[in-house]
Order: sequence, then structure tokens, then C-alpha cells
Amino acid sequence: MTSAAAPDSAVRLSRRDLLAIDDLTRAEAIALLDRAERFAPLLSASVKKLDTLRGRTLINLFFETSTRTQSSFELAGKRMGADVVNMAVRTSAMAKGETLIDTAATLNAMSPDLLVVRHASSGAAALLARKVSCSVINAGDGQHEHPTQALLDAFTIRREKGRIEGLTIAICGDIAHSRVARSNVRLLTLLGARVRLIGPPTLVPASAARWGVEISHDMRRGLEACDVIMMLRLQLERMQGGLIPSQREFFWFYGLDEDKLRLAKPDALVMHPGPMNRGVEIDSRVADDPRVSLIEKQVRNGVAMRMAVLEALACSRTTGETEP
Amino acid sequence: MSAVHIVNARIVDPATAFDGPGEIAFDAGAGVILSVGSKAKAPRGAIVIDAGEHMVCPGLVDLRVVIGEPGAESRETFKSAGRAAAAGGVTTLVQMPNTDPVIDDVSLVDFVLRRAEARTEVRILPAAALTRGLKGEAMTEIGLLAEAGAAMFTNADAPIADSRVMRRAMSYATAFDALVAHRPEDPTLAPGGAMHEGELAARMGLPGVPCAAETIMLGRDLALAELTGARLLVDMISCAESVSMLARAKSKGVKAYASVSVHHLGLNEMDVAGYRTFAKLSPPLRSEADRLALIAGLAEGVIDVIVSGHDPRPAEDKRLPFDEAAPGAAALETLLPGALMAYHAEMIGLLPLLSAMTLKPAELLGLPQGRLAPGAPADLILVDLGAPFRLDADKLLSKSRNSPFDGKLMQGRVLRTYVGGAEAYVASSAHTGREGLG
Repeated sequence: MTSAAAPDSAVRLSRRDLLAIDDLTRAEAIALLDRAERFAPLLSASVKKLDTLRGRTLINLFFETSTRTQSSFELAGKRMGADVVNMAVRTSAMAKGETLIDTAATLNAMSPDLLVVRHASSGAAALLARKVSCSVINAGDGQHEHPTQALLDAFTIRREKGRIEGLTIAICGDIAHSRVARSNVRLLTLLGARVRLIGPPTLVPASAARWGVEISHDMRRGLEACDVIMMLRLQLERMQGGLIPSQREFFWFYGLDEDKLRLAKPDALVMHPGPMNRGVEIDSRVADDPRVSLIEKQVRNGVAMRMAVLEALACSRTTGETEP
Repeated sequence: MSAVHIVNARIVDPATAFDGPGEIAFDAGAGVILSVGSKAKAPRGAIVIDAGEHMVCPGLVDLRVVIGEPGAESRETFKSAGRAAAAGGVTTLVQMPNTDPVIDDVSLVDFVLRRAEARTEVRILPAAALTRGLKGEAMTEIGLLAEAGAAMFTNADAPIADSRVMRRAMSYATAFDALVAHRPEDPTLAPGGAMHEGELAARMGLPGVPCAAETIMLGRDLALAELTGARLLVDMISCAESVSMLARAKSKGVKAYASVSVHHLGLNEMDVAGYRTFAKLSPPLRSEADRLALIAGLAEGVIDVIVSGHDPRPAEDKRLPFDEAAPGAAALETLLPGALMAYHAEMIGLLPLLSAMTLKPAELLGLPQGRLAPGAPADLILVDLGAPFRLDADKLLSKSRNSPFDGKLMQGRVLRTYVGGAEAYVASSAHTGREGLG
């Protein structure tokens, strides 16, 4: 098993920030997955806390509301022993007209060690990273990337399937507006999976053909021989925006139900980054079937994966710098 | 098995480019062609029909027919349209979705398919609206409609002004390889226009529709077809410049196809002289130079399809001052003789001309019709190509009898029409040759 090879100490990363999957080398990504494997058993232990990051400060800066990702980072930080501060933007100075760069300067003055950022604009995390002196983790920037989600997805797949290389993984639905899809395409192809993007042409960028993936607009055919089916959330405003004609048509052609699931491999597993639109992109009978659905495991694994990322960024940084 | 064996015929099949003396046999019960060639193998007991050296070719496939059912049954019903189509040699027709209610929902596609089948032998396939209510705002359920049997998607006579809506609908349609038909007409330049904008319109004191109204929208649609990869049928072009634009797009590999109405091949702006509202059409009849360019475009294969553009109007819509009269004409029965005018004038060969009314439209819809091949549906017509007549619009079988060809000398009469092996039409003059059991 992979856990046998898990490192005993923090992974060393060459970059200060994790803004996109391209910040990681293949070896670093694998090392992070191995390290998360070490943390996973802790989550079911009665005492869940380590002190690796004791004295370090993690700021969660969420310009978009998020339940899952924010609490996952918060828990990961606390379990590593860090002090965690949540900054919800609606109650912060941004609501009073402060710019993103002003906020960055303010936060920087507080000398955090790790800054976890979610923002509605693509590239916002990178902009922030240029203005602060701590490590920045992109927890979702617009339609660009959400690298820790891809890492936890890869971690979950590897735990269930024992490998990633050689698997056929379908990512289905609204690819065009999905940061989860972009990060997953980069990471899963980096790790040797065969990735297939499935969705209506209005929700799959035509140029995605150059991402080293297969594209299918016919879900029934696209699911053939798939080991893993990753569903994406369909934002309801896509419909009002005229990208698809109706919910019922979307569900009929691109919603994952038991009929379509049968077209994939018999042992195919289903994932969803949440929150789900039941009856739009996924049928409840699939989402709630513990034999095929990894959706709860994704959440559980998310904490372990983020512990590994926080540790790696915090520890990589101290090596080259003097402690105060 | 009840079989029919047509002998002593001139067999013309655009699918194989065969044009020569021959025979054809088909199973009238199963509705499929059994054998075709210089000698056809027919089962014993087949009914033998002597074609009298007249032409047998595939039944016509007409991609643009307005029927008033549901909603305007006084204009045309499935029954009356089917009768006119069979007499005109049209064995498959596509109904435009601009009915009341608009064909923009699965239940209406289903209604048309079931109702038409019960009312006529001719095959009537509904085109579904490309946008809900033909309003040009939100695309219809293209996938569900296609599965229900919609032959293609079009906004009929209401071109989509919003380029983003058009782009998304075209892009979405590619998932189902759906054919998107769109009339290129700028919705701000064309309205109010009554005829082709030119010297004649100026002299007659009528507001015109410039060719630019067509080419502006055509340019956009071709660019979107290139961007999205959609299959675009440019619906009823009328201008010479449009032919050049299409040729350019096709040479780049854009999946663009074009249709032309039979009126624009046979008539020009002079036909509205005297304020003849029967010749008021949309798009309007253009200049003679445009007409010649359209025929040349057809001969070169730049234009793929000839449609009737059948849009019958009751007399009360036409007996009005020219600018108030409704555009449109009954055309199912004049599709073949109208198109043959260019053949008789030796401007185009018979095979390419017929191909544009049989094989090519069938291929665009993915239908097995449009060819005389064993196993193909026995949708075929027997035609006296040379038979001269003067069109008397009052004798048309359509419910509304307005035709811009009224009074014109034409050639080409359909003698018999078979749809799925069943006789859908026999001309009174068809009983000339011998007919009996073989």
C-alpha cells in the first residue's frame, strides 16, 4: 500500500504558494498524497491534534461564502496546531470599499504564516500572493483553479483504486465555469490518468481539446470504460444565462443516474465536489449509494489532504529563513 | 407481396448519377425499393406500369413548408398540404415551426408527427423552433426535441438578432449533430421593406429590402458556424453576393449549406411590376443578375438545396395594397416545374438540379430517402419532363391558391407519386401507357 511509503516528515515544496496545480511537480504531488495518507488515520483517533504548526497563524480569507472548504481548512489548521482566524468578507473592510490589495497589505501587517484565499475572480489569489510575504493557498479563484480540491480528489481516488496512473476518469457537467475541473485536469493528467471531459458544447471550452484530454458531448458514450466519474455542480444561473435549455434536458442528457452509471465500468466510483444539485446533475440514488459514491469520503479526506499541504508550505518556508 | 414494376422508364438517380433507360420494382406493402437498373427483377404478379419513357426519380424532399395546422387551418392543413405535395411530387416535407402554438415543445413535435401521419400519406416532419416561442431569447430543448423527432431547428421567419443567443444555440446543437436552419435577414434593415431595393422599387415608390440585409446576417451566421462547428443551413438566400460568401466559407471547411427557393430561381423583381402582390415574397424577388448567380451557385454546388418556400396566404392577406399585403406563396405544386425552368433553359443539368431536391436535402436530414437504391424507401415519382402547361393558380390543390407563377408557361408534370410504395397521386393524364398484371 501507498501508506507504507509515506514520508515521516513534512514534504518540501519548491514554491512558496499553492496557487495552481502547475506549482507542483509530479514528485511533489505524489509526496503530498503520501503524506496525507499518514494523517488520514488521525482523523478517527480520539485525540486528533498534532503540534507541527504550533505558534503558526493561518488566516482563512473567503470573499465567497463556502461551508465545506473553509471548515476543512480550519479543521486542518487546528489539527496541525496552528492558530486559525476566519475572515468573512461581508463583515470585513472589503465591504467598506477597501481593494483587494489594501486588504493584502493589512493582512500582511499581521504577519500570518499561511493565507487561504477564495475569491470570485480568476487570478485574485495570484494577485494577493504578490503582495504578501506569507504562503498563499488558493482555495478557489473564479473559474481558474482550486488545487487542494484536486489533491483531495486524487487522494480519494488513489485510496479507493490503489492507483491513479492508467485509470480513465470522466469529469462531467459544467467544465467551462469550473475551477475544480481545471485543477483536476492538470493534476490527474500529471499523475498519468486518462481524463475525459463530458458536457454540452456550451459548457465545455472548445479549446480544452488541447489540454491533453478527450472531450465527449455524449455522456452515454463518454462514460464507457470509465473507472471514476467526477460530477460537477451546475450553477443554476447557467440556465438563466441561456447556456442550456432546461433542467430536465440537462438531467436527461448529462445527469448521472443509475442507467448512465451502468455504462461505465462495473466497479466505477462516483465523486462530486459539492454542494450537489440533486436531480440536476446527479440522481439521489447514485449520490447516496455507499457502494459507488465517494462523496462523503471526499469531505473526510479533504482534511487530511489539507493538513499535508499546510504542513508542507509552512515547513518548506522556514528552512530558508531565519526565525524571529 | 404486392409489388409494382415500372418499365420503359428513364431512370434518374442523383445518388448514383445514373440517367438512362431502365426499370424499377418496389414492394408496395413493405414500402421499399426491390430492384432498379436497365432491367429490374420484379416478383411474379407485380403490377406492371409502362412509364412511356418518362422519368422516374426519387420523390422530392422539401425542407421549407409552412402549414397552418395547428392554429391557422384556414391557410393550410396537413390534409391540404399533403394533397398539394403529392401532386407536386413532394414525398417528404419539413414543416416550419411558426404555427400557433409554436412547435417549441416535445408535445407539439409529437402532435405533428401523429396528426400528419393520420391525415396524409406524404411524410411530414416538423422542424422545431430554435428559440422558445421563436422569440430569439432562449434556446429550446434541442436534445429532447431531436429525440422526439424534430427534423431540424429553425427560427422560421423570425431571424435571431442576438448573436450570443445564436452562438449558444448553434454550439449546443452540435452535441446532437442537429441541423440549424437560419434565415439571414437583418432584423433592423429588412422590416418595412416590400420588395428588392433598387431602381424599380424607387420608381414604384415602394420601400425596399437591400441585399445588405441578407449579407450582414449571413456574414455573422457563417462566422458563428465556423466558431461553433455547427451544421448551418442558410435558409433561402436571394442575392449574388451571398453565393460568393458561401463559396468562401465552404472552401474554408465551414459546415454551411444553403437553400434557395424555387421562386428566386425562376422569377425576378420585374414580376412584382404592376404591384402584383402574389409575387410579394420574403426574401423579395431580386434582380436578374441575382437570379442568374443563384442558378450558377446551384450548378456549382455552392447552393445545396432547392425549397418550395411554400407559405400559402388566403386571398384576404393578398388583396391589399402592395406594402400591406402579406409575403408568401403556395409553392408545393410548382416546385418541380419552377425548378425545371433552369434545366429547360439549359442553365443546369438534370442530375444536379434533381439532387438539390432529393438526395441533398435527404442527406442533410440524415434520411434514407432521396435515392433509388434497393432497400431504400419506395418514395418515387414519375414525371413527364417536357409536358407544357400554363399555370392556373385556381387549379392548385393547396388551400390558398396564390402563386407568383400564375399564368406562366411551364414544363414538367408529375404523373404519379409513390410514398412508401403507396400511390399518393396519379395525374388524370397518366393513364396513357399500358397498365396491368405482369
